[in-house]
Amino acid sequence: MINGKMLHVSASPHARSRQTTQNIMLDVVIALIPALIASAIIFGLRALLVTAVSVATCVVAEFVMRKILKRNNTIQDLSAVVTGMLLAFNVPSNIPLWMVMTGDIFAIVIIKQCFGGIGQNFINPAIGGRIFMLLSYSTPMTSWPTPKQGFMTFDAVTSATPLASGEFPSITDMLLGLRGGSLGETCIIALVIGFIYLLVRKVIRPIIPLTYIGTVAVVMFIAGLVKGEAVTFTVNQLLSGGLFLGAIFMATDYTTSPITTKGKYIFAIGCGLFTCLIRLFGSLPEGVSYSIALMNVLVPLIERFTTPKPFGTPKETKEEKKAKKEAAKA
Amino acid sequence: MAEKKSLGKEFSKGLIQENPVLRLVLGTCPTLATSTSLTSAIGMGVAATIVLVCSNVVISLLRKIIPSKIRIPAYIVVIASFVTIVQMLVKAFMPALDSALGVYLPLIVVNCIILGRAEAFAGKNSVPASFLDGLGMGIGFTFALMVMATIRESLGSGTLFDGIGDLTSVFGIAAHGIEIPGLVNNPIGILVAAPGGFLVFGLVMALANKIAEGKGKPKAELKGCGNCPMAKSCSLINTDESCDNKAKEEAKA
Repeated sequence: MINGKMLHVSASPHARSRQTTQNIMLDVVIALIPALIASAIIFGLRALLVTAVSVATCVVAEFVMRKILKRNNTIQDLSAVVTGMLLAFNVPSNIPLWMVMTGDIFAIVIIKQCFGGIGQNFINPAIGGRIFMLLSYSTPMTSWPTPKQGFMTFDAVTSATPLASGEFPSITDMLLGLRGGSLGETCIIALVIGFIYLLVRKVIRPIIPLTYIGTVAVVMFIAGLVKGEAVTFTVNQLLSGGLFLGAIFMATDYTTSPITTKGKYIFAIGCGLFTCLIRLFGSLPEGVSYSIALMNVLVPLIERFTTPKPFGTPKETKEEKKAKKEAAKA
Repeated sequence: MAEKKSLGKEFSKGLIQENPVLRLVLGTCPTLATSTSLTSAIGMGVAATIVLVCSNVVISLLRKIIPSKIRIPAYIVVIASFVTIVQMLVKAFMPALDSALGVYLPLIVVNCIILGRAEAFAGKNSVPASFLDGLGMGIGFTFALMVMATIRESLGSGTLFDGIGDLTSVFGIAAHGIEIPGLVNNPIGILVAAPGGFLVFGLVMALANKIAEGKGKPKAELKGCGNCPMAKSCSLINTDESCDNKAKEEAKA
């Protein structure tokens, strides 16, 4: 007792960050809203309906699955909402609603809860749900409605993604998102606004998105040199498909991306290389989701090889390394 | 065998407790490949059961004659003879099933379940016990295949017993598969593909573990023979190479 004040003694940590899972996820939801508004303008109100159904299904699936597994309820951390929004952004706006719901249930029940819930999933749930839907309903998943300018319109005419047809709209149209594509992936400007918001709020670090997009740019430029018109080719490749959506929102998922800085570079370069390989040489027009899923699975290995050395520990000499190896053998 | 068990138990253990596919994880390859439809699952299960029962009986009969150093080639010769017979019969009477099973029918020769039972059970047990063991394991294999095929075919192609007519026509019975309305036009295609096979396999295996281990019983551990589902028929048990012994040695080191 000093000056009549009580001294509290407690175990560390004494200073806590104000970040919680809930408000990180809330920030991600806020960052996704510009793209949601853009998709409603580009593809009509059905985009909002698909997103609402997807979010509701994810939340209900998470709630029911936690009840069945007799775990504590985790819907208030909003991670299921993020999964629902991201998965909805990855489907065409004219997809039957029940198909989105099966994708949601797969993402939450199999990919997330069967592996232990938030923080335990081996790949991004939204990516898993998208791949599940792509392999199951390939025709509805790849017939995108052609955007029609103006609110409240819904056009049933479908078209292939520019990546498949090879006919790219003008750069302004692609930046604004006026092209055939999945619901939330087309409007690059809205996605970049979300990216900047996440950076300002320090929810994500810029390494993964920038390295990912940069890798694709470099590889595509080299490929463009071979094909001719390198600059146009590179810009078209960058702005079409789900590259920005994947790089900003899906590849940066905390659970499924490396924690070390060096690991983040390796992860992002790997994502970029696989995306380019699939787009240039694969039979599929788009490869963002597959490449992110593939690198997600490699994350434990990447982290193992990029674990930083504790500060202040002496460097191992060659003889010490040899001795260690021999000790391991014996 | 140190303890004597009832013959009924030799039969029933293969169904769930020591189910070859779901508990011992043997014969995974044909399981994943032929569980895409109920018809091919039944065809594969019955063919493997016939081979398993016949080879178990013959190997059990010859168990005192076969020198232990060349027992594996001897087992393979016995198994391969029965597989050839079954394959010829299927080719002659059910050509549609033969083309559906493809290479997996001759591959029964190297099916882990059959060689595994020969090595672990028939090679050192009496003929009646080996017969029942083979029958139980075969039915367990067929059962596991059918459970997986029901899930994969109904959701993955929207049908049940598609092409069953080719199987029943041999016995003079006409039969048709069922189409599930709603699913047949929009099937969840991934389930009949390879990834779906692994998914369903994992989920069904988890369910079988839940049933077999139940509440309160300790979880199976990899080290030691105590909880190993193979313990009762393991050829290494009570020898220097047993898992128990290895675990002890590791603990020492």
